[in-house]
Amino acid sequence: MLILTCPYCGVACDETELHPGGEAHLKRFGPDASDEDFEGYLFQRKNPRGVHFERWRHAYGCGKWFHAARHTVTLEVFGTYPAQVFEPPEKIRAAILAKLPDWETGA
Amino acid sequence: MSDPLIRIEDASPMGMVTLRAELNDGKAASALAFSGLEIPAPHQVTGTPEKGVLWMSPDELMIMTLPDASDAMVATLNEAFEGTHSLAVNVSDARSAFRLKGRDALVREVLAKLTPADMRPASLPVGRLRRTRLAQVPAAFWFTGDGEAMLICFRSVGGYVFDLLSKVAEEGTEVGYF
Ligand SMILES: [Zn+2]
Repeated sequence: MLILTCPYCGVACDETELHPGGEAHLKRFGPDASDEDFEGYLFQRKNPRGVHFERWRHAYGCGKWFHAARHTVTLEVFGTYPAQVFEPPEKIRAAILAKLPDWETGA
Repeated sequence: MSDPLIRIEDASPMGMVTLRAELNDGKAASALAFSGLEIPAPHQVTGTPEKGVLWMSPDELMIMTLPDASDAMVATLNEAFEGTHSLAVNVSDARSAFRLKGRDALVREVLAKLTPADMRPASLPVGRLRRTRLAQVPAAFWFTGDGEAMLICFRSVGGYVFDLLSKVAEEGTEVGYF
């Protein structure tokens, strides 16, 4: 069971109260992008055994989208944070590094 | 004659007005104070199901009124928020409401059979609202007293929710967890 705390309303949500939104922090490539960039934006996703940044929506609650950082093997949750950022905040990176000193940011 | 674990009563019609707005700049507080209502702290409930407020999210309240008073509440709110980015809608006809009564532990147990929410008294004391999932649909509930809870859901699934609650409250299905 995966429990994520919504950073907006503070409810400790069961996974089944949330709607998954896939990989977080994608860069959008629009009309003037190369075919390669556009294909990557549409189809290429990370699928790590390890730290993963994800988008989730608090569907059975406040309805807002947020971000979560978790480990795909252990299911450990490093933290959740608001959607209005382009990359994981320092607090989240620190929480990951505290547990996994070898984790390289951006890797 | 079956003897269900708890009593499930249809509490409709209930007047309900959704308010989405900036809730911290004083406007909402004074508009509601004008009607004798108080903005709850996060996750809390103030007042009663006839005249009260549910904290739904950081920018959303549900204002409970008597069934014939919800249109007037919308008018009051629209006036108070005029010129600002806000929304006040009478959703009374879009909601169903139920009152659950019985031994506190059994009311919690009946809900716990349907929701992933933490139903322990310490996590959901009287006066605290939980929006969550009830089997396959969204719902919100709160305890108004010992062994007394209110539950609201979309009216389109009201029949489904009543059937669900009735099913898991059938005689002989007590788990005894709480
Ligand atoms: Zn939320």
